[in-house]
Amino acid sequence: METTYFRQISRLAVVVAAAGLLGGCATSGNPKDPIEGFNRAMYGFNEGLDKVIIKPVATGYEAVLPSPIQTGISNIFSNIADIMIGVNNLLQGKPAQAASDAGRVLVNSTIGFLGLLDVASTMGMEKHEEDFGQTFGRWGMEDGAYVVWPFFGPRTARDTIGLVFDVATDPLSYIDHVATRNTVWAVRIVSNRADLLKADKIIEEAALDKYSYVRDAYLQRRKSLIHDGNPPKFDPYSGSQDGKVSEAFGEGATHEQVASRN
Amino acid sequence: MKLFAFLLASAASLFLPLGVHAQETAPDVLVKTVTNEVLDIIRKDKDIKAGSTKRAIELVEQKVLPHFNFSRMTALAVGKDWRQADTAQQKALTEAFKELLVRTYSNALIAYKNETVDYKPFKMQPGETDVIVRTQIHQPGAKQPITLDYSLEKNAQGWKVYDVVIAGVSLVTNYRSSFATEVRNGGIDGLIKTLQAKNKTLEASAK
Repeated sequence: METTYFRQISRLAVVVAAAGLLGGCATSGNPKDPIEGFNRAMYGFNEGLDKVIIKPVATGYEAVLPSPIQTGISNIFSNIADIMIGVNNLLQGKPAQAASDAGRVLVNSTIGFLGLLDVASTMGMEKHEEDFGQTFGRWGMEDGAYVVWPFFGPRTARDTIGLVFDVATDPLSYIDHVATRNTVWAVRIVSNRADLLKADKIIEEAALDKYSYVRDAYLQRRKSLIHDGNPPKFDPYSGSQDGKVSEAFGEGATHEQVASRN
Repeated sequence: MKLFAFLLASAASLFLPLGVHAQETAPDVLVKTVTNEVLDIIRKDKDIKAGSTKRAIELVEQKVLPHFNFSRMTALAVGKDWRQADTAQQKALTEAFKELLVRTYSNALIAYKNETVDYKPFKMQPGETDVIVRTQIHQPGAKQPITLDYSLEKNAQGWKVYDVVIAGVSLVTNYRSSFATEVRNGGIDGLIKTLQAKNKTLEASAK
């Protein structure tokens, strides 16, 4: 079953590579974003898709469903996700967190009525956020170029490889009945989107250029996640070994900041 | 004589701690006090409940602004181009960026007013002048709390916030690349103009 997704993703990769060559000329020179022309186009596509389908559905979902039911649905997906979050914590050499994730699944699947209630959190077992992209980052893989994928949204090159693994190991991928699987996926997309509705207006108002605001936020957030909330520096561009990068984005201020933090 | 000394000592012991306190509220206490106070008002205020951005901005300006160091924030957001700006430009940049951040922050407060805030344990070495106060926002229904961290630095006026980091994303440095692009295209003045225009648009559409 997974081979289909691999094929889809590799097909997309070819498209992106081709567009990257074409779009290479249309960049504003951000070293993290070498295929900015293509990325902006895909960002526009995703925004359009969101505006026309996903957001209206998520808005309706939020308006119609009583809040406890939304929470329950959100919790069920969260519980299923905890399985691979635990595996990733194990792969990252964090057995204590992995054990806690396994405990969460155990508790929530039993006394939490198959994940409907997040009893584990109220018991003090913290929810983690891990995926293969973070695991590879933890293992030292560089993040590489920023890519906006149609449907999937922003990723770095490394997180794209991570995404392939995430999709392949997603427990929901193993639902054999195609219609059921697609429905479950759709509900998950809508449920996740509904959680983000409030953030929309804020980003809209805060950003001078929404595309680069979202890009930089994504890069900062991923960096923070890889370091479990304690990134060494909090400049999204300072992680690269490339001297040009820091020069273009105000190394001076970063060092000042780092120096004053230590 | 003894009595006099005693009185003096008690007077000193009475007033000294007060004086020190007023000047040096610990950073975590400061964040907690201001957050609670502001949330309290926001949850009660009729206009804000009705979604009035203007009222929320007034509140933020009054209660939150005094604890922020906006010139430091602006310098961090602008990055190395900050040094090529003259004093007047730096002032104009700071004013415009302040207005944008205040509006963003006010809207975030309105949107998330019903969420609860948790304060993570805070430890500070004596003599430290740069700290992070970590908090967590718990949303009803959502699966994961959002982290909200404040970076504070101590100056002559006490502890001042110079960065706000939401879910690992710094509200300040997140502007760096778009600011750099603006400066590259239109110089410092170009960036000032863009920020001012953005503020005007937002003000016009605000309730």
